[in-house]
Amino acid sequence: MNSSVSLTSREEIEVHRFSWLVSIGIPLVAIFLQVFVRIRLLTILDLPLLVTIFFAVARRRPIPGMITGALIGTLQDAWTLHPIGLYGIAKTIVGYLGSSIGVKLDVENPGSRFLMTFAFVLIHRFVYMAISLQLVGGSEAWMWSHTLLSALVNGLAAVVLFILLDKLKLRN
Amino acid sequence: MENFFSRYKNPLTLMAVLFIQVVGLATQVKRPEGAKPGTTGSGTRLIRVWTVTAFTPIEKMFVSTGHFFSSGWHNYADLRGVRKQNRELQDEVARLQMEQVRLKQDADQARRLQALLEFKEKFISKTVAAQVIGTSGTEQSRVITIDKGSSDHIKVDMPVITPDGIVGKVKEVFPLSSQVLLINDHDSGAGVILESTRLQGIIKGTPLGELQINDIMSDEKVEPGERVITSGGDRIYPKGYAVGRVISSTPDRDNDPFLAIKIKPAADLSRLEEVLVITKIAEDTQAGEGPTPMRAADILSQRLPSVPKQDPNAPKVPGGTTTGAPAATASPTPVKAPNSAAAATEQKPGIAANPLKPPAPGTGTTVPANDSAKRSATGTTTATPGSSANKAGAETKKPPSTGTGLTTPAGASGAAPGATATPPKPRPAPKKTPAVPADSNAGASQPKAPDQSGTNAPAATPAATPSPAPEKPPR
Repeated sequence: MNSSVSLTSREEIEVHRFSWLVSIGIPLVAIFLQVFVRIRLLTILDLPLLVTIFFAVARRRPIPGMITGALIGTLQDAWTLHPIGLYGIAKTIVGYLGSSIGVKLDVENPGSRFLMTFAFVLIHRFVYMAISLQLVGGSEAWMWSHTLLSALVNGLAAVVLFILLDKLKLRN
Repeated sequence: MENFFSRYKNPLTLMAVLFIQVVGLATQVKRPEGAKPGTTGSGTRLIRVWTVTAFTPIEKMFVSTGHFFSSGWHNYADLRGVRKQNRELQDEVARLQMEQVRLKQDADQARRLQALLEFKEKFISKTVAAQVIGTSGTEQSRVITIDKGSSDHIKVDMPVITPDGIVGKVKEVFPLSSQVLLINDHDSGAGVILESTRLQGIIKGTPLGELQINDIMSDEKVEPGERVITSGGDRIYPKGYAVGRVISSTPDRDNDPFLAIKIKPAADLSRLEEVLVITKIAEDTQAGEGPTPMRAADILSQRLPSVPKQDPNAPKVPGGTTTGAPAATASPTPVKAPNSAAAATEQKPGIAANPLKPPAPGTGTTVPANDSAKRSATGTTTATPGSSANKAGAETKKPPSTGTGLTTPAGASGAAPGATATPPKPRPAPKKTPAVPADSNAGASQPKAPDQSGTNAPAATPAATPSPAPEKPPR
């Protein structure tokens, strides 16, 4: 599949498939929960980002991963007052990186999932802030504590969420 | 190319998706003009800003290229005009330079002419300004040609001067031009006086174009730098004009015991441009010099009775009826004079009896008898002996040996040197100079009204002479 050096076994680089319902329904549910459920914890969690990371890593194909991230991010932007594209761009990059890194790393391990998610949350936040500040002219401030806390919470949530979502994978 | 897309399919897709989203983002964002980063407003859409920003360099490139070619073409077209204009300007500059040179020459000439005019107004009664239009072209003949001739009343032997000093005399006269023999020509000569020592001599040109005095005794002391002026005794040059300065004074080995005194001409004879031809000498030319003491010997010689020459044509009129100097009174009787103005400048030296120029007041110097009446208007002249061989002392080979002793004109003593060209050095064998009127060509002049102011020459007051003397008695 890929001749480059990989830290995964043959079983680990297996490409998982999901049903259309799962592929569409899970992101929508994540966005719905993120937008309409007024839970303080969900303000720290970024469920669309976690779903994006999961599908990108599970599919291990960059293009579907980035498209998934672009769509989820764009839908997420639609519910905000920000210009559409901020989350879309950020999640496109995360989806691309997640699908690319899923080929070379063992993303089935809970520890690696935590670290991977932790890093992706930081990247996502960084890209979002960069676009917001440099292109759009936003005025949001970078808060390290909140960003790190969010990364930590999302990392932990990702370990649990990914286990649940693993059940939705299609088996041969 | 296909491999490129297949190999970098994922990154290219990522860039495409990001680009689409960024464009979409830019279409939504409006950036107010001059807005600070971090602010939003209802200004220009970001997509427009980005598009303009992205295409502006390209547009600038095209515009700059167009301007480059356009300006290049215009510069080329302008350069063609500039070349033409440059040529015209260069011609203009050349013309202006020539005009400037001409104006400068005109200004210089005007200054020179002004100096000449001032000089003329100061000393000369009537002159003719002339331009030097040519030279002889040889070293053997130092002659210049001026642009005035007989049509301008130029005559032979008229002196030619500049404000600096004498130049020469008119040698040949043509209708529209004249030739002037310079004083440094070896055929030229002039009676001169050393201003401080009052030594008289004859200055002559040398074959080398130098001026030299050869008729002063070697026991006289002549210092370099001494000023040399005309004596007036040559009947050509008026008295008192600058001739030059002594350069050196050495014993003349070829003409012992005389000195060879080299003179530097006052006038720059090699760069003459404008000169003045003296056509008439003012009566008061020498008035500025003031009265010169008369020697007692001269007075005595004037008062001594003398035997007048019998002139059959002259009426027998007793002279000096009231002055006590009958023989010396004005004697307009035309007496045959052996010399003329022209002859005076030739090779014969003599004691001057310059009819053109009155001597200094009270000098008692030699004056032609026939001029005495005319001169008496100034009350300064008396009929004193004049040399019959008075050839103005100019252009002589030997210094004059006459005019010494008591009968020597006063000019010999330095009192009135202008009247004689006699060398001051007494000769070993002085002899009397016969008192022969020097010139008779002016004898027709009528006596002027008497002038009672002639106190300097009491013995020769012509005012007291009602009738002209038949002739000047010899001493």
